[in-house]
Amino acid sequence: MLFNIALYTSLAIFLAGLIYKMSNWFRCNIGPDAAGFSTSTRISAAARGIVSTVFSARIGTLLKIFVLDVLLQAWLLKKDFLRWFAHICIYGGFMLLLLMHGLDALITSVLFDDYYSTLNPFMFLRDFFGVVVIVGVGIALYRRFVSKPPRPKSTAVDHYAIIILAVIMISGVVLEATKIVSHSKYQEMVDEYAGLEEPEEIKALEAYWVDKFGVVSPNVKKPFDEPTLKEGKLLHDMSCAGCHSRPQWGFIGYGVAKVVQPVALPLDRANVRTLLWYLHFLACFLGLAYLPFSKFFHIFSTPAYLLVNGMIEEGKSDPANIATRDAMGLDACTHCGDCTVRCSVAVAFNEIPNPNILPSEKLGALRAILSGRNLSEHALLRVHEGSHICTDCHRCTDVCPVGINLEALWLNLNDYLAERGYPKPEAWARETIGVEYDLAKLMEKTLSLTPVDKKFAGELTGSAQASTFAVCFGCQNCTNVCPVVAHYENPKEAVGLLPHEIMHSLALKQKELALGSKMLWDCVTCYMCQEHCPQGVCVTDVLYELKNLALKHLKEKAA
Amino acid sequence: MKYALFLGCNIPIRLKQYESSSRAVLQELGVTLVDIPEFNCCGYPLRNVDLRAFVLSAARNLALAEQQNLNMLVLCKCGYGTFRMAEHLMKENAALREKMNAVLAKEGLKYEGDVQVKHLLSVLFHDVGVEAISEKVTMPYENLKIATHYGCHALRPSKIVQFDDPVSPSLFDQLVEVTGAESIAWPSKLECCGGPLLGTNDELSLDFTQKKLTDAKDAGANYIATGCTFCQVQFDTVQKTMEPERGLNHQLPSILYSQLLGLCMGIKKEALGLDSNEIDITGIANFLAT
Repeated sequence: MLFNIALYTSLAIFLAGLIYKMSNWFRCNIGPDAAGFSTSTRISAAARGIVSTVFSARIGTLLKIFVLDVLLQAWLLKKDFLRWFAHICIYGGFMLLLLMHGLDALITSVLFDDYYSTLNPFMFLRDFFGVVVIVGVGIALYRRFVSKPPRPKSTAVDHYAIIILAVIMISGVVLEATKIVSHSKYQEMVDEYAGLEEPEEIKALEAYWVDKFGVVSPNVKKPFDEPTLKEGKLLHDMSCAGCHSRPQWGFIGYGVAKVVQPVALPLDRANVRTLLWYLHFLACFLGLAYLPFSKFFHIFSTPAYLLVNGMIEEGKSDPANIATRDAMGLDACTHCGDCTVRCSVAVAFNEIPNPNILPSEKLGALRAILSGRNLSEHALLRVHEGSHICTDCHRCTDVCPVGINLEALWLNLNDYLAERGYPKPEAWARETIGVEYDLAKLMEKTLSLTPVDKKFAGELTGSAQASTFAVCFGCQNCTNVCPVVAHYENPKEAVGLLPHEIMHSLALKQKELALGSKMLWDCVTCYMCQEHCPQGVCVTDVLYELKNLALKHLKEKAA
Repeated sequence: MKYALFLGCNIPIRLKQYESSSRAVLQELGVTLVDIPEFNCCGYPLRNVDLRAFVLSAARNLALAEQQNLNMLVLCKCGYGTFRMAEHLMKENAALREKMNAVLAKEGLKYEGDVQVKHLLSVLFHDVGVEAISEKVTMPYENLKIATHYGCHALRPSKIVQFDDPVSPSLFDQLVEVTGAESIAWPSKLECCGGPLLGTNDELSLDFTQKKLTDAKDAGANYIATGCTFCQVQFDTVQKTMEPERGLNHQLPSILYSQLLGLCMGIKKEALGLDSNEIDITGIANFLAT
């Protein structure tokens, strides 16, 4: 009863999730080119595309992609053998377990008339496939914790996926072990299949199973005499062997059974094996229901993306299908982290701990934005910061194993941020600073010589250059050689404070004046001022550090 | 002469011809280049945002070159200036260097300060030498007037970057003259191309570019020559957008020095990527002496 309720509930959630997630591929618009197509246009374009591909010579290319890239993952093999081997083990082993064991009622028993889960080769294969998965997981764990190739941190999403997988595998193995040692399970099967009535026979068969197959019985104990075992074997061959191979063939379960043997009787009395059975199938169903929303969704999305992307020809294919392909790209990411390992600016993460710097993490933020979730100003500013540290070097896109056009996604993200009032940080700061500090108003009021923010002078500690403003004697050479100042008829109106005035306001510890000038953002960093300062004031370097402070300050304020 | 070639983020994707022409020229002149695929962003774009992230990015690249016991050859002047600045900051502040090394240690890297950073033009001038270059110039230019654009971040702050005399530099002009071309005197030779302000204050950025192009054109230049990624993008890609945006056409194409030199050394124009510039420069072949 519970089994069926759980099965149908999880199946319903799984299907609804799958439909919802796949519908996103047709609803989600990435970039201005995608905005012109309605969902129905995109669905019908996709249908036309599929039909025209299937009934054309391109079906050959499609099949080649399916075999090489989807089934065999040749691209991963070329890149890293161990990683390929681990992935093939996990996905191959688990798929085979699912098809042969999980769906035995639907598949295996239909294909094989003589199917019994307790009979070879099925009994052996179940454990063998289990071992394949465990080997794969072992290599994956080794790579993650021992050999540690550079990769981004695992996130909660990665952990949930691994935990569910582990619970399914471990509960399955322990369940098999507790069944092997269980006397009550043995009794159930004898009652059902052997139909013994003579007490001597019952005892002989039980003795044989205790002696040879690891059952722990409250009734009989080792050692047994030869005639009993002989009769037991006879009865076993007659009643059991026909549909039950030696339990040793379930070799992982049998190994664990050896370990739990000493506590087999209490386990059996507490009916632990039923509990494990619940745990095992509930974990499977939880995994099924969670699949479309988890990292495992890539089982569907990544092959789909590989196939669609392989068929799309830029410039030739229906733009509606290109829009759909781009939306699929968001789901095709497996969070493998190759992009982040190759990212040109990932190293900055050590100093600016914002995960949105890393492409593998920034994609999550983009997904959240596109799914219509309203990010807080704070979260949006974090995305903004990360997104603009990117230098558009294209490496992430070149290295993505699935071929997601990440570069295009980032450009679209920047466009979106600009629309929301967050252009390039320098441009944003230049605009915001004008609102924040109105120099015209400041000019009318008398400035207190007591600094408002006493800590401010201490903030300019990035380098020794930054403190050189102190030796400025106001000769204005910096301002006189500045090409930006020279460019304007009325420079004060255009840029606010002039370079020498900024140096002066620093000496007066006037934070608002120092940070509030547009000059910071209009500085072309040509270093003319610094080169020509007779006092050795590092004017440009000071302006650079003021920009750091101003951005920090503005971000804090906006958040 | 063996160097680790530092390309940065832009050249491999937006200025491939700078890489191919530099490789072709340097190979011909006997300079060996080693590629280090692990190189990351030089750090330059981070300087406005966070000084320490800027230094760390540079330090990682320096440490990677140091690990292989190689000096670095940088094609971009902003990248060159960045490395020199980062070197200086870590030299004057031992605590900063230690902090950077603590991060680098996670990858088994360490920056000791034993790596020399040189710009392409410095390597050509100081290491290869004008004489050795002139021997390779098989088809010198005739009647060609070039306006050299030095690039701010190689020249200044001169105490730190030590590229050439900051007030009257001549290194680039000598390198141009060895090709047979004339390096003309022009007013805003040492000023900014406008590149750093692109995206922050586009109008001001374009005003700078426009002024330089006008000055060079008025002084009689046929081409403006650069040795920097950002300057070249500004004078080539950005100049091209100025025509529709500002109704201006200076008809002053920008050529990378490696392209200019390569052509008169008889290197094929495909290797130099002469067709890859936004504004057509293939006409330069007409100036070659026949």
